[in-house]
Amino acid sequence: QLYSSSLDGSIKLWDFMDGIPIKTFTVGHELLALYALAGSEDSVFVVIPKSGERDTFQLVSVKLIKAAGQDLEAKELSVILDGVDASPKSIAFGREGEYVAAVKKGDLQVYFFKQKQLNRFSVSAVKAKSGNNHFTCIACHPKEDCIATGHADGKIRLWRNFYHKKEYTFSTLHWHHDTVMDIAFSVEGDSLLSGGVESVLVLWHNESDCQKDFLPRLGSAIEYISMSPDGALCCTLHTDNRITIVNSNLRFSKSIQGLIKSVDVKTGLVVDPRTKALVLNGEPGHLQFYSLQSDQQLFSLDIVQRQYIHQAGLNQIDLVKVAFSAQGKWLATVEEREEESDPELQLKLWFYDEETQSFKLNTRINMPHEDHITDMCFRDVDGLEDDSLILVTAGRDCVFKVWVMVEDTDPEAQQSVSWSCDFVGSYHNYQATNCCFSEDGSLLAVSFEETVTVWDSVTWDLKCTFCHPPGKIRNICFGRLTCSKYLIGTTDYGFLCCWNLLSCALEWSAHLNILVLQPDPLSEYIAAVSWLSKESSLFVFKPNEPRPIYIQRNLCKEKIQFAAFVPRDEPETISAEKYLWLRRSQLFFLTDMQELMTLSTKSLEERLTPASKQLAVEESLPVTPFSLLLGKHRRQQSQEDIDLGKLVAHNRHGQESPAVRELLHTPAHVLPSASFLCPIFINSLLISKENKSAEEVADEVEMESERTEDSDEERDVSEMEQEDTNPMELLGETICKLSKSQEKELRKIRKMDYSWIAAF
Amino acid sequence: MATYKSVAVPACPKLGERITQDTVYWRGYKTPVQIKEFGAINKIDFSPVPPYNYAVTASSRIHIYGRYSQEPIKTFSRFKDAAYCATYRDDGNLLVAGSEEGSIRLFDISGKAPLRQFDGHSKAVHVVGFLSDKYRIFSGGDDYSSNLWDIPSATEIVSYSEHTDYVRCGCASKVNADVFITGSYDHTVKLFDARTKHSVMTIEHGQPVESVLLFPSGGLLVSAGGRYVKVWDVLKGGQLLVSLKNHHKTVTCLCLNSSGQRLLSGSLDRHVKIYSTTSYKVVHSFNYATSILSLALSPEDETIVVGMTNGVLNIKHRKPEERKEDSEKKRRPAYRTHVKGRTYMPKQEDFCVSKPVKRVLRKYDKLLKSFQSSKALDAVLEPPIRLYTPEVTVAVMQELHRRGTLRSALAGRDEKQINLLLTFVARRVIEPRFTPVLVTVADMITDIYQPVVGQSAVVDRQFLRLQEAIGKEIDYQEELLEVLGMMDTLFATFTKKRDTDLDTNKSNGVTETIETNTNN
Repeated sequence: QLYSSSLDGSIKLWDFMDGIPIKTFTVGHELLALYALAGSEDSVFVVIPKSGERDTFQLVSVKLIKAAGQDLEAKELSVILDGVDASPKSIAFGREGEYVAAVKKGDLQVYFFKQKQLNRFSVSAVKAKSGNNHFTCIACHPKEDCIATGHADGKIRLWRNFYHKKEYTFSTLHWHHDTVMDIAFSVEGDSLLSGGVESVLVLWHNESDCQKDFLPRLGSAIEYISMSPDGALCCTLHTDNRITIVNSNLRFSKSIQGLIKSVDVKTGLVVDPRTKALVLNGEPGHLQFYSLQSDQQLFSLDIVQRQYIHQAGLNQIDLVKVAFSAQGKWLATVEEREEESDPELQLKLWFYDEETQSFKLNTRINMPHEDHITDMCFRDVDGLEDDSLILVTAGRDCVFKVWVMVEDTDPEAQQSVSWSCDFVGSYHNYQATNCCFSEDGSLLAVSFEETVTVWDSVTWDLKCTFCHPPGKIRNICFGRLTCSKYLIGTTDYGFLCCWNLLSCALEWSAHLNILVLQPDPLSEYIAAVSWLSKESSLFVFKPNEPRPIYIQRNLCKEKIQFAAFVPRDEPETISAEKYLWLRRSQLFFLTDMQELMTLSTKSLEERLTPASKQLAVEESLPVTPFSLLLGKHRRQQSQEDIDLGKLVAHNRHGQESPAVRELLHTPAHVLPSASFLCPIFINSLLISKENKSAEEVADEVEMESERTEDSDEERDVSEMEQEDTNPMELLGETICKLSKSQEKELRKIRKMDYSWIAAF
Repeated sequence: MATYKSVAVPACPKLGERITQDTVYWRGYKTPVQIKEFGAINKIDFSPVPPYNYAVTASSRIHIYGRYSQEPIKTFSRFKDAAYCATYRDDGNLLVAGSEEGSIRLFDISGKAPLRQFDGHSKAVHVVGFLSDKYRIFSGGDDYSSNLWDIPSATEIVSYSEHTDYVRCGCASKVNADVFITGSYDHTVKLFDARTKHSVMTIEHGQPVESVLLFPSGGLLVSAGGRYVKVWDVLKGGQLLVSLKNHHKTVTCLCLNSSGQRLLSGSLDRHVKIYSTTSYKVVHSFNYATSILSLALSPEDETIVVGMTNGVLNIKHRKPEERKEDSEKKRRPAYRTHVKGRTYMPKQEDFCVSKPVKRVLRKYDKLLKSFQSSKALDAVLEPPIRLYTPEVTVAVMQELHRRGTLRSALAGRDEKQINLLLTFVARRVIEPRFTPVLVTVADMITDIYQPVVGQSAVVDRQFLRLQEAIGKEIDYQEELLEVLGMMDTLFATFTKKRDTDLDTNKSNGVTETIETNTNN
């Protein structure tokens, strides 16, 4: 059984095999941490904020009443420890629940349940030179009376004999040079695992300083360590949103990861034209290709190719800019090292190698600019030859540079093409901030502080300039398709301007503090995210008319850093007038909290279906050929829902049940008898009525079939298609409704060979 | 889980000349041997038979040198005035030379006195040569005439007086025994056939012709005059194939290499340029101390001999090819055991145990992997790395700087080590690719060891050397900037002023760092 606690003050008991909540206890306080002891099953320990005071927390035990209902109140609280830390790492329960130990800053408190005695120890006396030696984490030995504590200065202390207030002893283990983030004892207690910022998992044998093993280079700082109950596996949770599973003999075995959280996303959201994956900073110095459809990291490309030192306060080379050419054949990356005197800059150009299916370094340019590169873009022209590919970089050293491919005439050279600088342009010694090519590639717009300059991309002549003083240009982009004669710019003085390139005049402007300006590559729409009084709002407009076609106020509370339009595989049919602009591509946002969000086209009511529940049911089904067939559709939907978080809704409109569709497309000789299928089919053709009250556990199985159950008869039928796939797995109440003959029939189906289905 | 990534040593592309097979080939000569002659060397000719002696014509003498001899093995000095154009016959037995007084003399290589003397030119004869039938001699003189002589009878066969100025160069066809060409200061090259009374073809070179050359096939003709080297297609009636202008002074001599793939030209501008005869691009060039008058290449390109105006003969011998047979022999048994079992294919029932590939790390990488900064720095300051691959040393220093441990790695060193470090820094800090890193290193060293300045004379001297090197570099950069400024003004006046072109300063990404660090 699994307990979970949440900030809304409830404890839930789950059946973790099936993913079904069994009970809910309401406590009524914010629950920050939850501990359960094997010995006392009727009570759990939680950390709650102390009423009336800010930033003080107490450990209380909650008595869980054994009652029949689903929603229960648990009001029996008894305070055990006062003034504990909110972090779940700072409290640990000792051998068989005899005592509880908690740390906060420089204090260690041990409370013995039997003696009802509280011992306090402090390390403030042993103030080290290296800064603070505050406690950061705690773990208790499973067999002996021993407490291990981790400290901010990298030491681990092992406390013994803590029954006595004065005569306690402790020994110190020191390897970490930075904060010890978490420690854990092995099941037998003969070894201790610790991890920290260095991203090295340290295994201490026999609690001695000299016998230790390391598992280095785990990718990023270790946040939590936990041991499996049988001691065979150990898993570490990292700051970059990843779980690593390690064998007991310190061999790396597996890692679970989705979107890697990097320290700072500097590259922005870029879409790889080849895989349609989102590309952004991943591990330090790496570029991650994140598939939105499957919530998977497709691959991680090592750009910097240097050893990353996991140490706080080090200035290391990081990836700052990424650009893809139109077909994704070329990738340009800029890496830099932030340094006050002279920044270290490198521009790298990667070529996509079809054979190895990965990017290969073609050209490396040291110090392409004398100062930081502010923007970079390829000339995206689909029709033109590959040789005419042009890369433009804008730098803070007041110039923009044009890079072209040069063919190497020497037949002995290893590679036939390389990149070199073709043109250097500047404008009155202003810093170049943005650059962007028009859709046909004939014009290049480069913004220099307050001015936008437009250049001919063949002769590199300055064509015209635009500005909207006061205020420096923050973003620029060209209009597309029918609006290609417009140039859009935003200023940091809070203006969105649209200039007409034919008349060289301001077409319209709006007073908006736009942070992000993102044109859709497949349509003429442009999305702009504004930041006004602590909320972000989204405006979508066409450059040829100043009135936005879509406004979403209060998009989120955080600042939105980047946005990207990801092309859909096939245009979606959208009925609602105001979402027409999302037909060809989907809009994604990245906030400064590194949350990835998307905009859904469905209204609120349509996405009431709790996606997570569906998935839980989904996964408990055994994999049979039919469930694979049925599940394919559901999984696509539900997974998308989960991946993309909050705002995704279901497309349940006007579509027939996927099950029925599948059945119609399956050859007749493998189907159950027609008498089975007839009611299902007819029912699917009925116009369903919305009925949202029926939310029982059993109904959740049917929610996927997306029909409402009005009568018992109908329910029967819809369950049957589930039974086709797995008669044994259904919930009890439905099984009894099957007749013997039906069961026989189903067994027959199960025995049949479905291997041909794999051919689909 | 990621493996350790070794320190990336940045490969710096070599600026300037690219290493091609040609440069490797033409660089494979030893340091030259110089021999002083009495006057300007107007002709060098190699004997076509082994041991490939060569005849050098300078002043009133003809010296015959052996392949490796510093002293002439034979001298012909029966000339009252200057001798010109001593040329071997195909069999290497006879030598013919013109002279200032107008007579042509034929020598036997073994004898001393001339076998024959041909008189008929009224003025100096600057060019003589054998026709390919071995029994006739052609000559060109300052009396504007080109003559053909019979050797057995020592008589003139025919005289052509078609040139209108001094005839100074000529060449006989190797394919046809009757055909020879002469080049003259009247800007023309004329092709004569001994069977006709008049010249067969006239080619207008445009400048006084200093040297002519026929390709072994006889189809192509090369003429040099003024700053130009021009290649003509004889078979197409003297059509100009290509005109090369790679010298900035008069081209005086031409020569083909043994394979006929490369054309060499020597000039008064002290350069010998080597062209590919397929693309007619310069593939290599040699520099000499003074203006070049004559040039010859021995068969198999074993020796390049160049004669100068000041009478210096410059001889370059090819380096013997290195052989590595000994080391290969030693390795063989070890290699065989190594290979044993490598071709074994696992059977179906075999259980394969994969052996992890062991990565070999360099010593400094091993030390860096275990965070031993000082030792890593020591490792790259070892003589072989420090002297031959300074980029590795600098890359490790940069890596240490990146890790924030450079200061501690530099600190706590004794006099000898500081001396070593400072020597390295002072020597390399002015190299543009190392400057950014080494300036930081120099800064740190001065910071750390400031208190001990004055305690050791050796270290103090190194500090002064560093200061001197940086000071020099600053002066140099200032001068360069001045030159750049001057050039900018020149370009600005030359190019048409266009208001859109605000900055057309092309700097290929490789910008020179301007040294501003003066605190050392």
